[in-house]
Amino acid sequence: MIPAPFDYVRPPDLDGALKILAEREGEAKLLSGGYSLLPLLKLRLAQPGLLVDLRDVAGLDGIVETDDELRIGARATHRRIHENPIITGRYPTVRDVAGGIGDPQVRNWGTIGGSCAHADPASDWPALLLAARATIVCRSGAGERSIPAREFFLDTFTTAITPTEVLVEIRIPRRGKGVGGGYTKLERRVGDFATAGVCAVLRLADDGRIAGAGVGVTGVAETPFAATDAEAALVGAMPSEETFRAAGAAAAAQSRPSADTRGPVDYKRAMVAELTVRSLRTAVERAMAWRG
Amino acid sequence: MTMQHITLTVNGEAREADVEPRLLLVHLLRDVFGLTGTHIGCDTSNCGACTVHVNGETAKSCTMLAVQANGAEIKTIEGMAAGAALHPLQQGFWDQHGLQCGFCTPGMIMQAAWLLGQNPDPSEEEIRMGISGNLCRCTGYVNIVKAIQQAAGELKASASAPVVAAATVEGQDVSAEPATAG
Repeated sequence: MIPAPFDYVRPPDLDGALKILAEREGEAKLLSGGYSLLPLLKLRLAQPGLLVDLRDVAGLDGIVETDDELRIGARATHRRIHENPIITGRYPTVRDVAGGIGDPQVRNWGTIGGSCAHADPASDWPALLLAARATIVCRSGAGERSIPAREFFLDTFTTAITPTEVLVEIRIPRRGKGVGGGYTKLERRVGDFATAGVCAVLRLADDGRIAGAGVGVTGVAETPFAATDAEAALVGAMPSEETFRAAGAAAAAQSRPSADTRGPVDYKRAMVAELTVRSLRTAVERAMAWRG
Repeated sequence: MTMQHITLTVNGEAREADVEPRLLLVHLLRDVFGLTGTHIGCDTSNCGACTVHVNGETAKSCTMLAVQANGAEIKTIEGMAAGAALHPLQQGFWDQHGLQCGFCTPGMIMQAAWLLGQNPDPSEEEIRMGISGNLCRCTGYVNIVKAIQQAAGELKASASAPVVAAATVEGQDVSAEPATAG
């Protein structure tokens, strides 16, 4: 399969990239790792006139922890995130998500920013970013804009990024005392898109109650979404199988799966309920073990 | 569309070409440079038959543009053997019959070489996960895993053995320094 013709530029820095985006508004498409965009180009689902390759733009792939955030540069590959010592030491759920994306070759080149900007309805990162209430930072010639993950994923392949912006960073709230997460997905085989995936992030109070809850669901709607009904069922409750089941049922009810080769609607809802329970179990285990 | 002039290193040799931006790396390797050892299987980033090394990292060359590889160092299956001496992975696939039709083999070997560079002593599970981006339609995975295990043993032995063995494996003269990597 051969993509339709396009022009190609490789600007040396971010200002150069932003200038081109402004000049060729709506016509240019950013290229990061290419593992989401290239398949679209080859299938001719996308036919941009110009590709702007971010390969030479330095400073977009850092991973740092500040006093209140974990900041991941948009061009950090899934593999670098998976192997980063801050992530492996303090953010096991981020590590789990990164290590489960695609296959080794995809993880070598695919980036967190590219994946989020692409916004496939069954992609993994959005489930985590929604559950953790992350922020997505975009820059344009006019300056920087922080968009909450819950206002970012709008529809299939559609986000809140405007044509003149570059997604530059993902900011996840720093993991505090009593916070833990879990990500569980169902895939037919390694490397396939998830039939369904659920990420849960919990904060436990000193008395053991659930003080904060985030549940992000992928693969079962036109875009990944936050299961707010499940979150409401969790907050204030003591962690228990009964609570988890109630949250799972709420997440399943909020899903809008479509029947396809991966299964019928009722099956996918049942999987969302079960995956929610499993992710919550892991989240509680990790939250109880984490003293901050 | 504006043609782009690219220069890159392929299997240690400096190469250049004028390419359309939409030319895929796999087509550059096969159709422009004549290196047809890299195969096109699914053409949709699934099967891994087109796996090559780009700056030391494995990539599916059907999912990378030739222009993205401008300035890069590429290694393909043609760059694995040293003259008549097969690379330990090639020897392993030969000895263990790690192939049936052979179509997936170049990609399997390139991915396995990367894997052993990352993890010289992988478990069977780690090998299977390491080649999870490479599909064998003959489902010959049992012998593929055995072939990679044989090569891992061979490479470890040559890394800790005296220089003569390393020289045989690599097919080049590394005489003076004793190998210490083991």
